[in-house]
Parts: sequence; C-alpha cells; structure tokens
Amino acid sequence: MTTTETATKPVRMQAATKTAGAKRSWRSTLVALLILAVMLFPVYWMISTALQPHSSIAATQLLPTSPSLENFRAAFDTQGGSLLTSLVVSLGAVAVCLALAAPAAYGLAQFGLRGSRGIVFGTLITQMVPGIVVANALYSAYAELGLVNSYAGLILADASLGLPFAIVLLRAFMVSIPSEVIEAAMVDGANRFTAFVRIVLPMSRNALITSGLFAFLFAWADFIFALTLNTTDDVKPVTLGIYQFIGAHVSDWGAVMATAVLSAIPAAILLVVAQKYIAAGISGGSIK
Amino acid sequence: MTTTTETTPAGGPAATDASPVRTAPRSAARRRRLYQWLFVAPAVLYLLAFFGFPLVRNILMSFQEFTPTTYFTGEAPFNGLDNWRAVFSNELFGDALWQTVLFTIGSLAGQFTIGLALAVFFTRRFPLSGVVRAVLLLPWLVPMVVSAVVWRRIMDEDHGVLNSFLKTLGLTGDGVPWLSSPSVALLSAVLVNIWIGIPFNMVILYGGLQEIPREVYEAAALDGAGPWRTFRSITLPMLRPVVTVVLVLGFMSTIKVLDLILALTGGGPADSTQTLGTMTYQLSFMQLDFGQGAVVGNVLILVSAVFAVLYLRVNRAQSGQGK
Repeated sequence: MTTTETATKPVRMQAATKTAGAKRSWRSTLVALLILAVMLFPVYWMISTALQPHSSIAATQLLPTSPSLENFRAAFDTQGGSLLTSLVVSLGAVAVCLALAAPAAYGLAQFGLRGSRGIVFGTLITQMVPGIVVANALYSAYAELGLVNSYAGLILADASLGLPFAIVLLRAFMVSIPSEVIEAAMVDGANRFTAFVRIVLPMSRNALITSGLFAFLFAWADFIFALTLNTTDDVKPVTLGIYQFIGAHVSDWGAVMATAVLSAIPAAILLVVAQKYIAAGISGGSIK
Repeated sequence: MTTTTETTPAGGPAATDASPVRTAPRSAARRRRLYQWLFVAPAVLYLLAFFGFPLVRNILMSFQEFTPTTYFTGEAPFNGLDNWRAVFSNELFGDALWQTVLFTIGSLAGQFTIGLALAVFFTRRFPLSGVVRAVLLLPWLVPMVVSAVVWRRIMDEDHGVLNSFLKTLGLTGDGVPWLSSPSVALLSAVLVNIWIGIPFNMVILYGGLQEIPREVYEAAALDGAGPWRTFRSITLPMLRPVVTVVLVLGFMSTIKVLDLILALTGGGPADSTQTLGTMTYQLSFMQLDFGQGAVVGNVLILVSAVFAVLYLRVNRAQSGQGK
C-alpha cells in the first residue's frame, strides 16, 4: 500500500500542476476576451446602431433584435460616391507613394551615396510636421497651381502621409539584399534600372506590400487634407462625408453609423487578410 | 527640416568631387553618380515640396497679412510682427496652448500605462492570445474621424449608451455631460484618444518585451525576486529604449491631433477643447487669416521640434549601444 502510494504520488502531483496550469491559461484567455469586449465595445455599438432602423426615434437597443439594412441603403445613397472617391484617392496615393519610395529606398540602401544618411534623417524628421501646418502652406500653392478641388491634388497630398514610412521600411529591407545578387545580374548585361525592376523589386515583395498597405490606410483615413484642400463637393472622400453628415443630419444616427461601418471596412479586411504585414509594419516602422 | 535642405546640396557636390585623384575615369564616374541620384531625386524633391516648402512658407506667411480677399487679389503684404502680436494677445492662444499640453500628457499617460499593462499581460501563454492581440488593433486602424463620430454618439449626454450604462449601475443620477460641459469635454477627448492609442503602444511594447531574453527572468526567479521586483528591476530597465521610442512617437502624433477633436467637439463647448491644431485650422480656414494661422502652426512645430531633437538623440544613443 505504502509503496504504491509513493509511486503514484509524483505522477498525480504532476497531473495536478498540469491541470492547474491549463486552468490558469484558460483563465487568462477569459481575461483577454473581457479586455477585448471592453476595447471593442465602441465598434460593436457602431455596428449595432447601424443595424437598427429608426434608431433616432426609438432608443438604441443593446442588441439589434430586428436587424435591417435600411440604414446601409441610406448610407449608400448619400455616401456611395464618397466611398468611391476615397478608394480612387487612396489607390492613387499608394501608387505615387511606392513609385517614389521604392527607387529612393534602393538608392539609399545600395549606392552608398554621400548624403544618404542625411536624407534618411530628414525623412524621419518629417513625422513631426503637423498635417495642418502642411495644409496651411499648401493651400495657397494649390490655389495658384489650380490643384484645389482636384483628384490629383488630393492624391499628391495624401501620398505624403505614407511616403516617409515607406522609404524607411523599404530601405531597412533593401539594405539586407546582398549586393552580389544585383552585381551578378548586371554582369549578365542588365543595367542598374533593369536589375532594380527584375531582381530588387521581386525580392522586396513583402516590404512593398507592407508599405503599400500602410500608405492605403493612411490615405483612406486622411481627413485634414480632404477638409482643407477642397472648397466644393467635387472631391469628397468618406471621412469628409461623414464629418459633414454629423453636421447636417445629426438626427439620423443610424445612417451615420452605417457610413462609419462602411468606412471602417478596409481596416477590418486588412486586419484579417494582412495581419502579419500590419504587425511587421508597426514594429518595423517605429523602431527603425 | 533644415537638415534635408542642408544635405541635398551636400549630396549634389558629392557627384562632382567623387574622385578628384583619378582624373581619367572622372566623367564616367560622374555620369554613374548622376544616374544613381536619379533613383533618389524624385522622392527627395517630393519631400522638399510637401514638407520642406510648407515649413519655410509658414514662417514667411506668419509675417504677411492675409484677408478673405487675398485669394482674389493675390495680395498678402508683409506686416511685420502684427500677426504674432495679435496671436499672443489673443486670450484663446494661452488656453489652447495649455489644453494642448493637458491633452498630450493625459493621452500619453493613459495610452502608455494601459498599453504596457496589456503588453505584459499578453506575454503569458494562453489559447487565442495571438488572435485577441490582432483584433485589438482595430481601434487604431479605423479612421480617426470615424472613431470620433462613434464616440460622439456614445458620449451623448441624453441618448448616449455610456450614460445609460452608468445610470444602470447607479453611478450617476442625471448623466455626465461628457461633451456638453466645458469642464468635462477635454477629459472626454483625452479618454477617446487613449482608446485610439492603446493598440499602438501595446504592439510596440509587446515587441520590446519579446526581445528580453528568458534566461534573465529565470535567473531573477532563482534569486527569489517576486513579480513586482522582477518588473521593476529587470523588465522596465531592459525595455527602456522601446519605452522612449513609444513615448516620443506618441508625443509627436498626439500633439498634432486635429481630426479627433474637430469631429468629437469641434473645439467646444466654450473653446474648452481648442488646441494649437484646431486653433490653426480655425484661424486659417474658417476666418481665412492664414497669417495668424501660420503663427500658431509655427508654435506647434517649435514644440514638436524640441521633442524631435530628443528622439533623434535617443535613437543615436541606441544605435551606438547596439554596435
């Protein structure tokens, strides 16, 4: 009896600590889900309000008991054009941003040009320039150049939100490309530019995707340039649309929230599809 | 910005005096250098146009008189220090400066403390940890104006869910005037900005925590250090470089926040949430006095410049340590 007890005791103890550990880790999961619920409550509230028709007349329910897409129809009717504008402007900004950043990052990483360090330093410093200060000066220049109320003007301005980040991130990646790889291609007769297009760009695919994603998110979220560089409704992204919406239709909160949901969709999609790029971008862009 | 303008000409001559000794292949080398600069030049020109030019232009504009008719006549005569005098004697300026400081410090303290607590929490191993961490990023990814609009509804004094929740708990009788009272509105704006900034702080601090070698903790455990002691004498000191980066980046993005305040309170009630950013916007784009707007903008830049210098110092010290 005693022998069996001493023999089984350690085994039993081990099993006990194991279940205790598992229990504790599940308790952590529970705490994490609670944190998530608190942090994401505003997002839930936005979706819930958007799904409740007549939410302005009746009090908003905690749960949308009879959900309807009525508010979304209203949102599409009034803000559909703005969503399209946002999409066009953001894609344009991504194109400008990558077209400028990729060659520059390559040059700064690989050529050993004198002044490279200074340029990288200057790029970092641009982060401290407030958008409203840029807008303040840009407006008069845009007025002279006829760029106020134009797609080109807003695309160019929005590209500035993602460009410093893209240069820093791409350069950090391209520094790690061994120069032998590029030189080998050049021995085969490619010049610097074709080597860049055929070798460097494909190798930098992940860094390009990450900086493109962020350029898109920054441009999509832009409000200051949309507000200041447009005096008419010709070019009205959804951020500006929703801002004017709360000024004019503050009684129709259901439609406002439906617009908010629609304008948050790109962020949600990217979070699901490109989560690893986003995590890489946040840490990569800030530490460098 | 001065550095960019400094370095571009410094880079230019580099192409000409690249190899003063070898004269024969000099033109070939120069051509190659010029060709290489073509890769970098477009981005540099763009940065000069969209960051360098506005900085210089703002300084000039702060000495010019802009009126609502300026954009028809094209005339903005220089008026000396008139704009500066007008802004500094404007009572709102002192308030806006003080509220900017409160908004920035309050936001940073909240974002950082909660972000760090969450980062430490997520270093535990438990099921679903990665998924929860990823989804927590959502508040940071949603456009700031959109978040502000949603919060405006949540914090509504009469119809907001926040007050009905507090009433249910019996914490408040008539509801808190979150956005309608001058004494509460700034705090509300800080709370919303904390909510927006938590994910960013969490992700970077979590990354920093992952870099701390596990053996250090094991050694501390062997020495009998408790969790609080371990946190204070190991985690915090080893995390310090990342902490500085997070705080300085947070500072630079918080001090210029404009979207959030415009959509949440519009600077009101009774100017209680005006910051240097919103004041610049109102002077320039509502009152069309771009000269005075430029003055406030310059003050805003000056404040962030001090911190940018700090940031670069720290960055340099850090890379020195790494090597």
